[in-house]
Amino acid sequence: MLNVNHLSFSYGDKTTLSDITFEAAEGTRIAVLGPNGAGKSTLFRCILGLLPRFKGEIRIDGKNIQSMRQAELAHYAAYIPQSTAPVFDYTVLEMVLMGTTGQLGPFSCPGKGQKEQAREALQSLGIDSLAQRSFSKISGGERQLALIARAMVQGAKLLIMDEPTANLDFGNQQRVLERMELLAREGYTVLFSTHDPDHALSCADGVLVLREGRMLACGAAEAVLTAKLLTELYGVEVSLEASQTDPSRRICVPLRK
Amino acid sequence: MLLLAGLFLLVFFGSFMLGRYPVTPLELIKIFFNKISPFFSVTWEAAAETVVWQIRLPRVVAAGLIGCALSLSGLSYQGMFSNPMVSPDLLGASSGAGFGASLGILLGLHYMGISTLAFCFGLAAVALAYAIGKASRSNRLMAILLAGMVVSALFSSAISLLKLLADNQQALPAITYWLMGSLSSVRMADVAFLIAPLFLGAVPLFALRWRMNLLTLPEDEARSMGINTRRMQLVVILCATLLTAASVAVSGMIGWVGLVIPHFARMLFGSDFRKLIPASALMGASFLIVVDDVARIAATAEIPLGILTSFIGGPVFLVMMLSRREGYDA
Repeated sequence: MLNVNHLSFSYGDKTTLSDITFEAAEGTRIAVLGPNGAGKSTLFRCILGLLPRFKGEIRIDGKNIQSMRQAELAHYAAYIPQSTAPVFDYTVLEMVLMGTTGQLGPFSCPGKGQKEQAREALQSLGIDSLAQRSFSKISGGERQLALIARAMVQGAKLLIMDEPTANLDFGNQQRVLERMELLAREGYTVLFSTHDPDHALSCADGVLVLREGRMLACGAAEAVLTAKLLTELYGVEVSLEASQTDPSRRICVPLRK
Repeated sequence: MLLLAGLFLLVFFGSFMLGRYPVTPLELIKIFFNKISPFFSVTWEAAAETVVWQIRLPRVVAAGLIGCALSLSGLSYQGMFSNPMVSPDLLGASSGAGFGASLGILLGLHYMGISTLAFCFGLAAVALAYAIGKASRSNRLMAILLAGMVVSALFSSAISLLKLLADNQQALPAITYWLMGSLSSVRMADVAFLIAPLFLGAVPLFALRWRMNLLTLPEDEARSMGINTRRMQLVVILCATLLTAASVAVSGMIGWVGLVIPHFARMLFGSDFRKLIPASALMGASFLIVVDDVARIAATAEIPLGILTSFIGGPVFLVMMLSRREGYDA
């Protein structure tokens, strides 16, 4: 579904991504791990068409994104930012409706059909009761769900989530992760960044590990994420231990000195 | 919204009756109708007709248009810069126009010449800011904003310089008075001067009202939803500048309207530009007509409008802020 081939990008003479190659199959969740400054957001911005002057090739559904206009790319890939409150306060419904802009002419406003889509998306996420609430007054987890609804009405099958669990409390983190699993089952491909190795271990089909713009490892989560790699990546001794309730699940435990 | 439209109509027509020369409502209706066809027999003095058509009509219409223009311009900038504290003079349109007008006065140009020069310098100031900002490689919008502040400061100093050069018998008071903002000398020709730029500025903003919502989001988000943010920014700056420069060219500097009216509109209608654009236009027009009425009536001499807008707008804003309804944060 998503193919990234030999992707490199530099800001001026500073190389932030070099030679990244990976792919994501339809209906999978790929976690991007790496310390701050590893190039996670640069990678996302390249895939979203926000940094058009990269080297290499990015294809979504077989189509080269460099041959697409921004408005067209919006039908393929959607961005789900971290759920901070915006400066101006929109209702949840208005926020979700913004995702329909790609269907509209430059001078038109969303109509009945678009409203219907937005309502459906909210319903499928179980937050239709929030439609008229103010976006900045709902919880961070609810905001994240509303942004997912916005991406759904955008019509894109590739969802790019920038640290979807950042700034959320424990319960909301789990709810968002569960929602991502459901989305993958519905056929969405989810590419997300995270700082929590446990989220990659428990919720990702594939993992891409970046450090200083280079690919450290890439592949199935169980195979790639080893105690050695995580220790090297974060500079903290960790061990991976089996969960007592579900021995097939591994948990990342930092070791105390 | 209907209520706002009603309020606007009330203010608009009511203003014809206010002033040193009294016109009763009945007379006003008859005078209006008789313009279309001599329906009523003339029971009023000829002076009443002159007052209504020659003096009050251009003034009320100009106040309405300028109030509407400044509010829309302020609203668009606030949205685009994601900052509710921004006003229409942000990128130098006002100080540029002020400079142009001062230069015109100093050169002894006639009235229309001053307005034209003001309008051109207003556009030029923003064009300069935009060009400088565009050349920057980092955050483009921030660069345009900073360049605008610099250009604005530059033209303000240039105005001071011109004041220094002006002779203090005629030119200096004229410049000072002009800068304070007033509609006392507005004629029908000014209204004609205003119409084209205001139309060109307001119509695209109204047409793009839905997309303006996306422009308030972080640029990456808006672009990922398929918006060409750079083109949108250019269009918004162009429109807002036309609105501001034309207004300032006719009325002088009238502050506060473009900052405060969009706030009022957001308090009442939320952040959706589909509602904010008509609401700000109506509220801005009504507000400036009322303030101009006060300017005409309150004292024996005219009070400059620019002074009154802050004297009236400030307290009203504070009252609204303190009694704001749930759900609004300034």
